[in-house]
Amino acid sequence: MSIDTSSQAYGDLNLEDPVKGREPLVRGDHDFHYITETVCRVAETKIVKTPLVFWAALGGALTLLSMLLASIGYLIWEGTGIWGNNNPVGWGWPIVNFVFWVGIGHAGTLISAILYLFRQNWRTSINRYAEAMTIFAVICALVFPGIHVGRIWAVYWLFPLPNQMEMWPNFRSPLLWDVFAVSTYFTVSLLFWFTGLVPDFATLRDRATHPIAQKAYGALALGWRGSMRHWWHYEKAYQILACFSAPLVLSVHTVVSFDFAVSQLPGWHTTIFPPYFVAGAIFSGFAMVQTLAIPARKWLGLKHIITVHHIENMNKIILVTGSLVGYAYAMEFFIAWYSGNEYEGFAFINRAFGPYAWAYWTMISCNVITPQLFWSKKIRTSMTISFILSIFVNIGMWFERFVITVTSLANDFLVSSWEYFVPTPIDIAMFVGSFGLFFTLFLLFCRFWPVIAIAEVKAVMPQADPHWEGYAHGGNHE
Amino acid sequence: MSNHHETSLTENVVEKWGLLAQYENPAEIYHACEKVRDAGYTKWDANTPFPVHGLDKAMGLKASKLPWIVLCGGMTGPTLAMLFMIWTSAYDYPLNIGGKPLLSIPAFIPVTFELTVLFSAFCTFFGLWALCKLPRWHHPAFNSPTFEKFSDDKFFIMIEAKDDKFDWSKTESLLKASGSSHVEVVED
Repeated sequence: MSIDTSSQAYGDLNLEDPVKGREPLVRGDHDFHYITETVCRVAETKIVKTPLVFWAALGGALTLLSMLLASIGYLIWEGTGIWGNNNPVGWGWPIVNFVFWVGIGHAGTLISAILYLFRQNWRTSINRYAEAMTIFAVICALVFPGIHVGRIWAVYWLFPLPNQMEMWPNFRSPLLWDVFAVSTYFTVSLLFWFTGLVPDFATLRDRATHPIAQKAYGALALGWRGSMRHWWHYEKAYQILACFSAPLVLSVHTVVSFDFAVSQLPGWHTTIFPPYFVAGAIFSGFAMVQTLAIPARKWLGLKHIITVHHIENMNKIILVTGSLVGYAYAMEFFIAWYSGNEYEGFAFINRAFGPYAWAYWTMISCNVITPQLFWSKKIRTSMTISFILSIFVNIGMWFERFVITVTSLANDFLVSSWEYFVPTPIDIAMFVGSFGLFFTLFLLFCRFWPVIAIAEVKAVMPQADPHWEGYAHGGNHE
Repeated sequence: MSNHHETSLTENVVEKWGLLAQYENPAEIYHACEKVRDAGYTKWDANTPFPVHGLDKAMGLKASKLPWIVLCGGMTGPTLAMLFMIWTSAYDYPLNIGGKPLLSIPAFIPVTFELTVLFSAFCTFFGLWALCKLPRWHHPAFNSPTFEKFSDDKFFIMIEAKDDKFDWSKTESLLKASGSSHVEVVED
């Protein structure tokens, strides 16, 4: 190669395929049938042969779920006084939990949309259950603003429905933008997820032996027959949905941050909020993906498909977004000082050294220190340490939302209106219960639905390419 | 349907839907599709476990119309959203909040954006299934005992007897010559 790499002619050169020499996405010498078998085996296990650990986990999740439902029942009966919310802290745990759960959803959409558009083929092994996590996390999130309105029977007022009072919602309010942002997010994620599932439901349908399984998977597969004429539209649809979901990843938490940033409250009224919230959302979402993936790949026997390479890649994203979040924390402090606004300055001094200092430093230790450990390849590729660190990030990100929401409200402009926030047992029951809802849905998904995108994984295997070198002799019958 | 009768040699054949050929890997079906395409068939299809890269060209498929459907939705959504917000906020129910202007276009942008995405996503989803003519209860190909392997690791080409070029013996020999491991008649 005598050509200068900086010259224009270099742009016309046919270079070696950069993908050659990379690690294969599926480890080991496997064929398409192996993928079908490995993934379907989980869903095809007979009900009576379900491992005991699944029943134990489902039992635990259902217990927590019933705690959530009982708390909601009590709330509807008794009113919002059963929460720790006070005056001035009108947004207590329900809003903290809402932001926490919506944030978690973002990793799934990032994996399914943005990594797809960037041709990150490794995403195919993890996108299915990351998208499932998105759907279930957003369901958990939607519970909280739904019950936070107080008069649950009037919750439909959130939507612009014609009514006998001839009133319309206020479209200039960020809270209404949020209704549209989160409901659009949920709907689009669901459509995207279902579209991806159809070919895999067809696989389960064609293998099913039990009449109920045949009918259920048959209905969900919509009569899919793998027609290339359908795949042709299907791939276009997938691409379009990815293109629309990509800005959603960035916009949903931006609009959530507007709920805070558009207000006048010190500590909330900052322009850094939208990018800072989006980075935090992706950070927390990937941590939750790790928390779920590391045990799931082991228990479901999917280590060949979700390899250490996938876990390491996700840890790298946690490192990047965690550093962005750390930068945002520092920049908030800097701007609070640099702006010269004494209320803004007080809000941040109060966060770090005031009555909620314990929460602030929990957040800092979990969110700033934890991701930095991932600079080490040893830590990035260790399953046990990655799992433990992902839990720390989950904790840290919940505390971030608590710190933002509660510290700014509890100590606002007027000292006489200050009040310390203390959660009630119902607050705790609802938050813990929301994990019950999340895990119930996730366990049922893992048990009965294809947890890996079967068709997509097959499509990224080397032998999926009709011009693969292995076919050089046998493939062409000319 | 008249076509169907002309090409049928016996009463028995009238009941038949077409021919189904099985292939073992993407390379085989790729070259077979090129042959069927060059032979000039129109009512035929390839059925694969995953979208085989480049098979659209081997089949001679035209670009999908789906983006045009989505474009219509993508323009309807924001238009309706903006008009609706202007009408409710500035005319039908003018509400003075902090003295802010009633007609504040910047405040309407987030919802306009969301409805662009929502309408486009609905058009993509329903447009896709409309173009695929799915869901449907049944397809003659499923009468074949081997066809269900399409969702696992086998590749198929099916040619309908309704096709103008179709001829039971000639089409069968074309498929066999294209490298198929197994050709069978599909009943309707």
